[in-house]
Formats: sequence, C-alpha cells, structure tokens
Amino acid sequence: MAEAIVFWTLAVLILGLGIMVISARSAVHSVLFLVVNFLLVAVLYVMLNAEFVAVIQVLVYAGGIVVLYLFVVMLVSLKKAPERYADPRRVAWTGTLLAGAVLLEVVAIVVASSGGGEPAATEGALGAADTPFAECGAGPLVSCNTEQLGWVLYTSYLIPFEVASMLLLVAMIGAIVLAKRHL
Amino acid sequence: MMDTVVVPLLKIAVLLNAVLVAVTFLVLMERKVIAWAQSRLGPMRVGPYGILQAIADPIKLILKEDITPARADKYVFTLAPIMSLVPALVVFSVVPFGPDPFYYVSDINVGLLFVISVTSIGVYGIILGGWASNSKYPLLASLRASAQLISYEIAVTMTLVSVILTTGTLSLVGIVEAQREGGLWFAFVQPVALMLVFIGGLAETNRAPFDLPEAETELTGGFHTEYSGMRFSLFFLAEYANMIVISAVVVIMFFGGWLAPFPNVPALSFLGLVPAWIWFIGKIFLFLYVFIWIRATLPRYRYDQLMGLGWKVLIPIAIGNLVVTGILKVAL
Repeated sequence: MAEAIVFWTLAVLILGLGIMVISARSAVHSVLFLVVNFLLVAVLYVMLNAEFVAVIQVLVYAGGIVVLYLFVVMLVSLKKAPERYADPRRVAWTGTLLAGAVLLEVVAIVVASSGGGEPAATEGALGAADTPFAECGAGPLVSCNTEQLGWVLYTSYLIPFEVASMLLLVAMIGAIVLAKRHL
Repeated sequence: MMDTVVVPLLKIAVLLNAVLVAVTFLVLMERKVIAWAQSRLGPMRVGPYGILQAIADPIKLILKEDITPARADKYVFTLAPIMSLVPALVVFSVVPFGPDPFYYVSDINVGLLFVISVTSIGVYGIILGGWASNSKYPLLASLRASAQLISYEIAVTMTLVSVILTTGTLSLVGIVEAQREGGLWFAFVQPVALMLVFIGGLAETNRAPFDLPEAETELTGGFHTEYSGMRFSLFFLAEYANMIVISAVVVIMFFGGWLAPFPNVPALSFLGLVPAWIWFIGKIFLFLYVFIWIRATLPRYRYDQLMGLGWKVLIPIAIGNLVVTGILKVAL
C-alpha cells in the first residue's frame, strides 16, 4: 500500500516535471526541471531494488550530462526565443509525428511484454538467478544488485557491452577530431 | 518504530549539528592556521585566543541584510545556495564513524558511488548561483566552475575505480574492513590513487590552488559576488562541508577510517584504547589541516593550466593506474 502511494506520487511528479521541462519559458528552468525529473526517476529505481542503476542515474545523468546541458545553455544564452518559435499556436508537425511514433512504440513494448512475462521469468532471462551472488540480497537495504549486474554484464552481455564501449570510444575520438582544427 | 524511525532521525539530527558546528570551527581553524603561516596571530579579540570568533562570525552573517539583485532570477537565486549545501550534508548519511551500526546512519552497498553521485549534484548550486545573479563576473565564475568540476570528477571517479578493484566492495564500511583484514592501509597499496584523489578533491571543493571559481583578484569574489547575508554563508557552509566530505573519503579509502594506526606493533597497542570515532575525526582534521596548509602555501593556477592538468595529466595517470591495478589484481 505504502509502496503504491509512493509510486503514484512519484509517477505524477515525474510526468508533471516532464511537462514543465518542455513548457518552461527559460531554457535554464527547463534544465532544472529535468534534473529534478532525473532524481525522481532514480528514486523509482531504488524502489525496484536497483540501487546501482539509481546511483548511476544520478551520477551520469543528473551530475554529468545535465551539467553539460546547462553549460551549453549558458554559453549560447537563450534570452529570447526566435520569433519563428514564439507563436504558441504554431504546431510542429514533424515533432508531433515523431513523438506519436515513440509513444506507440512504448505502448507496443509494454503490451507485448506484459502478456508473457511473470517477474521471475524476466529475472531468469537476465541470468541474475544463475550468478554466484543469487543467494545474497535478503534485506531491503543490502542487496547484491551491483554484483549481479556486473556478473551479467561481463558474462551473458559481454559482446553488447564491449560494442557499446567501442561506440562511445569512437564518439569520443570523433568529438576530439571535430574540435581540433589540426592534430 | 524505534529502530527504523526514531533512532535514525536522532542520529541525523546529531550528525547535522555536529557537521555544522565543525564547519564554524573549521573557519576559525582556517583563519588561525593561515595567520600562523604568515607569522600573524589571527583572530584574538573574541574569547580566549579568539575561540568565540567561531560563534561571532555566524551571528554577524545572520544579522546582515539579505539582498536579492533587482535583475536576478529570484527563484533560482534563492534555490542555488540550498542546492549547493544539501548534497554536501546528505553525503554524511553513509559516512561510517566507527565499526558498529551505532556509528553510522546507514551502510548501503553502493556507498562510495552514492558519495560520488551526490557530491556531483552540488555543482548545480555554483552554476545556478552564478547564472541567476545576472551579472558578468558570477557568470564567468560559474562557467569556470562547471568545466573544472566535470573535468576533475572524471579523474577522481576513475581513480576510485582502481581502489574499488582492490577492495571488491563499494560499501564504505566494507572498504575499511578490507583494510583491517589486510593489515595495510590503502595509502601504501595505492599511493598514486591517493595523490590523484587528493588533488581532485582540492579541485572539486574549489580550494586553493584550484579556487578559480572564486578567484577574488580577477572575478571580484566569483559566483557568490551578488550574494549577501545568510545565503552567502550557505555557500560557505557548503564549501567547508565538502572539505570535510573529501577528507572523510580520503581517510576511509586510504587511511583506514576508524582504525588505529600500527596494529602490528605490540608496543603501540595502547593506541587501540582510543575510541574508533576519535581516530576517524582526528584523521579527518589532519587532512583539513593539509587543505588549509596548501592554501597558505601555493599560488593559484592559471585557468588553462588547471584544465590542462586535469585532462592531460590526472586523467591519463588515473587510466594508467587503473590498468596497472587490474593487471596486478589478475597476476597476483
């Protein structure tokens, strides 16, 4: 019961903040709402006993990426929106279509996965039950989520993990090449 | 009810008050140590040897007028000092002052990551404070601050990864326990990491020689130029609380937390009679002293040197340290 109350409060707040992010006048205020949004999502992860993901969410998104957003917003200093975007009745059709497509996709995934999925089955699919750390994690505060995640990442999901890291490395090198006029 | 609500709340209340009182005396300590370094006496008028200066300063700050500039963004201007202080205090919820659960509020299994991520939120206070003031120098300072904090955070986090590799746990209690079982403080196992974390810690708390965001000679006070009264002192509280956090992290990671020194020398076993939390706090104050000592000794870096040091020196060393640690961990 208490969990449901917390969840629904969080859900309403997160959605509300999401709307604030896109409707705030000042770009800096938008970014601020986004930070709070990310922090609340981290709380959701904690409720799912995924402390590691929650902390990484705060560290990477709220503490790193959004700081860079702020940095950019402050550098370009958007005091006033360009006239083209100032008309509130103007509808951006491309944006609406894209957002609609994403929404459809999310709904489709939720509908498809809620059909065949007991929670235990998804855990088995992740491989967490087969890890050497499956037996620990009894208490609510002490779980072996981090160890399990590391185990799964470096065994079942090794290749996707390495591919993702290569991708990030390439992106980093690309950024450096773009930023430097002559190497 | 007692164990889940009342006792933790009491602990939090005691801890918060202790940290805030420690901060007021830390300001006095800073003034005294710098004065001694410069052959002065420092504050001497209020109370014996100026000890009551620590109480006089906050009273002065509370009584001063609290001004919001007319063209400032009012909400963000008010929010910024709060956003910088709250994370600095939240971190203390996982800092273990002693071996048994009585001495800490909580021991979570991602403790170290929690500390890193919560302190990384503190940068918003500085950035937003500078932006919301709607004034040139604070804005410049907050741009500098955000670039500096992000750069040094990478170095520090990468270094901490190599320490985590040695311990195999992220829990702060677990890290100290690992040092007790190994009989060796990690300062001797990971000396390079210690240097990196300490230098990065100096930069992340905006302390000299990395105090570019508040360089008074070029930025008239930096991001808090437009702040006055209690809001200004909130920024100050945050800076000093962050110093305590960094010292605590260094002590826990590298100097055995609450452990007494020399456990292997029988002649010095009487050191174990001193309560664990006194060792912990003593070590923290030792590092706070080093912080102040460095401020009294070293001149400020130039901004490009600062970024160069972060990206071209500290991060490569941190990656190298991580690789060497990994190889040694597998080989041994």
